[in-house]
Amino acid sequence: MKLILIFISASLVNNFVFTYFLGICPFVGMSKRVETAISMGMATTFVMTLTGGITWLIETYILDYFGVAYLRYVAYIIVIASLVQFVEMYIRKTSPNLYQTLGIFLPLITTNCAVLGLALFAILRDYNFIESIAYGFGAGVGFTIAITIMAGIREELRFSDVPKAMQGPAITLMVAGLLALAFMGFSGFLTI
Amino acid sequence: MELKDDLKRGLWDQNPMFRLLIGLCPTLAVTNSVINGLSMGLATFFVLVSSSTIISIIKKWIPAQVRLASYVVIIATFVTMADMFLAGYFPVISKALGPYVPLIVVNCLVLGRAETFASKNPVPNAVADAVGMGLGFTWGLVLLGAIREIMGSGRLFSIQLLGNWFQPWLIMVLPAGAFFTLSITLGVINHISGKKGEAKHQH
Repeated sequence: MKLILIFISASLVNNFVFTYFLGICPFVGMSKRVETAISMGMATTFVMTLTGGITWLIETYILDYFGVAYLRYVAYIIVIASLVQFVEMYIRKTSPNLYQTLGIFLPLITTNCAVLGLALFAILRDYNFIESIAYGFGAGVGFTIAITIMAGIREELRFSDVPKAMQGPAITLMVAGLLALAFMGFSGFLTI
Repeated sequence: MELKDDLKRGLWDQNPMFRLLIGLCPTLAVTNSVINGLSMGLATFFVLVSSSTIISIIKKWIPAQVRLASYVVIIATFVTMADMFLAGYFPVISKALGPYVPLIVVNCLVLGRAETFASKNPVPNAVADAVGMGLGFTWGLVLLGAIREIMGSGRLFSIQLLGNWFQPWLIMVLPAGAFFTLSITLGVINHISGKKGEAKHQH
């Protein structure tokens, strides 16, 4: 039951994009078309789920065990970068079709702050191994929902008459603000 | 002359926040008050200047294949220092900024300047560029923080600025207000510059 709560909390109530402002760069940069947005969301969800589990293992069995918590950020970013690299190689070997779809988006995930943010938030909340994975998966699904909705709106936005100064990122952020308002409707939905 | 150009670039023409649109995550997350925005700006400034300097000094010895990993490790080291400094001397601010200080590691601004500028230019230029970019980022954060704090609570630097007649706009300190403030500020700056609001780089 707690796992379901963590999942819903990470994906909807405390959506990473709309409440923590994590992953804004790909959210603004990659949300021009719905198909690319979904691919990006899927790739990110995959990496985030793995990150949730692996950073927990690193934190518990290496950083805590040897008492070297000050190496946390260096260790995490190396783990995430190599994880992304590893996932890229694995997908290329096992499923060329999926690699074709996700290929170019994979390296970009390393600099997605949502991934590192997820690892830091999971530690802050004292989740255990399984909960960290659920949290990572939920956060990834939340990111996918956000970027897909945004892409859908932006596809329609092309046909509207936006004032000159507001064209481009400015109007995208305005739409994001309205979406954040809508997502505020989930707050108080559940608390953990 | 060239040094001055490198310094000035980040302040307006290529302001990281309003022109290049990089490093937006902390921009939106910590600008709910001026003091948070200022602290975040200074922390980023420190990391940016230190890492650009070091990377520019040792750029000859970093093999091209592992350069990004090396940059990230250098940046993460300075971020750890900044984080410990804040936690040690300013625990209240450190608590308010929370995980957004460690997230400077993946701030596209820091890695972006390392990759596009510090790794290709001599040390004085790299420092000038980093100082300019850092200041440009900081004034952006302070501006957004000021707008949101005044409208959201009628205060500035936690000092009551507007009288009792003012009904605070709660929305401005909530997440949605962050998006609105940045969006409108961008629009105003685009209007002043008379250019179309296209990002030159999108990360």
